[in-house]
Amino acid sequence: MRTDTADIERPAKTPAFQQLSPGRKAKNHIATTLFALAFVVAVIPLLWVLFTLVRRGLSPMLNADWWTHSFYGLLPNDFGGGIYHALVGTLEQTFVCALISVPLGVSVGIFLIEYGRNSRLARTTTFMVDILSGLPSIVAGLFIYALWITTFGLDRSGFAVSLSLVLLMLPVVVRVTETMLMIVPDELREASYALGVPKWKTIVKVVLPTSLSGILTGIILGLARVMGETAPLLILVGYSRAINFNLFDGPMASLPLTVYTARKTSTEAGEYRMWGAALTLVLLIMLINLIATLLSKLFAVKTK
Amino acid sequence: MAKRLDIENLNLYYNKFHAVQDVTLQVHARSVTAFIGPSGCGKSTVLRSLNRMHEVVPGSRVEGKVLLDGENVYAPGVDPVQVRRTIGMVFQKANPFPTMSIKDNVVAGLKLAGEKDKKKLDEITERSLRGANLWEEVKDRLNKPGGGLSGGQQQRLCIARATAVQPDVLLMDEPCSALDPISTLAIEDLIAELKKDYTIVIVTHNMQQAARVSDQTAFFNLPAVGEPGQLVEIGETGKIFSNPSQKATEDYISGRFG
Ligand SMILES: Nc1ncnc2c1ncn2[C@@H]1O[C@H](COP(=O)(O)OP(=O)(O)OP(=O)(O)O)[C@@H](O)[C@H]1O
Ligand SMILES: [Mg+2]
Repeated sequence: MRTDTADIERPAKTPAFQQLSPGRKAKNHIATTLFALAFVVAVIPLLWVLFTLVRRGLSPMLNADWWTHSFYGLLPNDFGGGIYHALVGTLEQTFVCALISVPLGVSVGIFLIEYGRNSRLARTTTFMVDILSGLPSIVAGLFIYALWITTFGLDRSGFAVSLSLVLLMLPVVVRVTETMLMIVPDELREASYALGVPKWKTIVKVVLPTSLSGILTGIILGLARVMGETAPLLILVGYSRAINFNLFDGPMASLPLTVYTARKTSTEAGEYRMWGAALTLVLLIMLINLIATLLSKLFAVKTK
Repeated sequence: MAKRLDIENLNLYYNKFHAVQDVTLQVHARSVTAFIGPSGCGKSTVLRSLNRMHEVVPGSRVEGKVLLDGENVYAPGVDPVQVRRTIGMVFQKANPFPTMSIKDNVVAGLKLAGEKDKKKLDEITERSLRGANLWEEVKDRLNKPGGGLSGGQQQRLCIARATAVQPDVLLMDEPCSALDPISTLAIEDLIAELKKDYTIVIVTHNMQQAARVSDQTAFFNLPAVGEPGQLVEIGETGKIFSNPSQKATEDYISGRFG
């Protein structure tokens, strides 16, 4: 076999790889620009919101009192005070909401996927959950008002708020559990059955651990979401400027309610409180999202 | 250990679909029985009915008897969980538990049944992994996730997991179909080793494999599309491959099929 250098250096008649045509280059440029533009349009409002929040809300929270005191006894023109009372309210109300909706929702999800598949009861439940997931938060608030306050004759309270949040949270938990259980391959369940492991133990020890990371993340993100709900708060609990630990008695502050109430104090100090509470709420939600990411990493299925 | 299976007039259904008709055959203790036949003829279905895994599929139904040393696993009052503890299974696709370490995968059956004795679990881990020809490859990373092993290693891990609970019978559904020739040979050697203690039923599409590992071979076939699969014949492997009594068997084995 003899190869002439001249042969190699001679260009082939039709090269295998051709230059991009000018038309395609132009189209590529236009498309790239459009997508970049869309990105900018979407991101600007977000950054703007964050910027405004930080600019106006940062100074209150640099004061140590902000995290340890309430607004108790403040006059409309007084600066100072703290958000502690509202943090307590938001955290307690959300925690109790989680305490009720997580076990209930996860159980419903397990029933739907592991036991009820295709049964009439399961289909009906899925349908109800679908409806519930579209429920406007103001309606959830009204419903609890009608039930808890009008029918049972109980007082407005932080707990009533928790109940309305449960209505909003439950479909989220059921959905996320369903989705995460659904993607656990049946082969794993069969592998467990084939070892002589009963069904309930298969669910607890094989199926749930495999989907734990996803379920946890979904639940926490859902909690972060209901944490900012405001409509039920306006109906179901009175605002208090003092610290109230008791979910069952008396008015109780929370972060969204504080933002709403502070807005009505049309002084500079009122604005100061409003933006401080708003930034605190956003930071809290960001913190929770961060925790969700960490937990999902921690419980993720590892291969190495 | 190692019990015989007598299958009598077995009919298997998926909802209204009659998948397998009238299978009667014997599986001898401490021997390897191979199921061969074209795709869709019901080999997996029959295999899965032997340890009551068939009924895991919603709408499925079983008629007939499967006798384990004379005891019908389908008798009323028999707990399928117990049946599966006595008749283990290895699947076509390796399916280690992704959340468990290699060691926990091996002893999963025991641990989930409540065994806590650490020393005993350690012993069984080593014995089962040695039995599955995997010990040397994984002994330094027993606490690493089972999902990090190669496909062939995962399949041997699943075999170790199935033998760790010391069943009487081991069912294998195309255990080598996703493996390279070297892993396949390793598993065939393993089967030859395991048959000293276990009764083994293996489904395979690989004729040479059936000829190499099995003592008796059962040929299943579909008489026609849409009709239930049937057992055509069963006999000593040497005879089935050299001198089958049915024309269909001969055609299938010699590749003159359909
Ligand atoms: N879960 C199921 N639901 C409904 N029908 C099924 C199910 N599993 C199998 N079948 C049907 O039962 C028949 C036998 O299937 P089976 O899986 O036992 O065949 P096979 O002999 O193992 O085939 P292969 O060699 O391809 O694995 C096929 O017609 C198949 O479509
Ligand atoms: Mg099959």
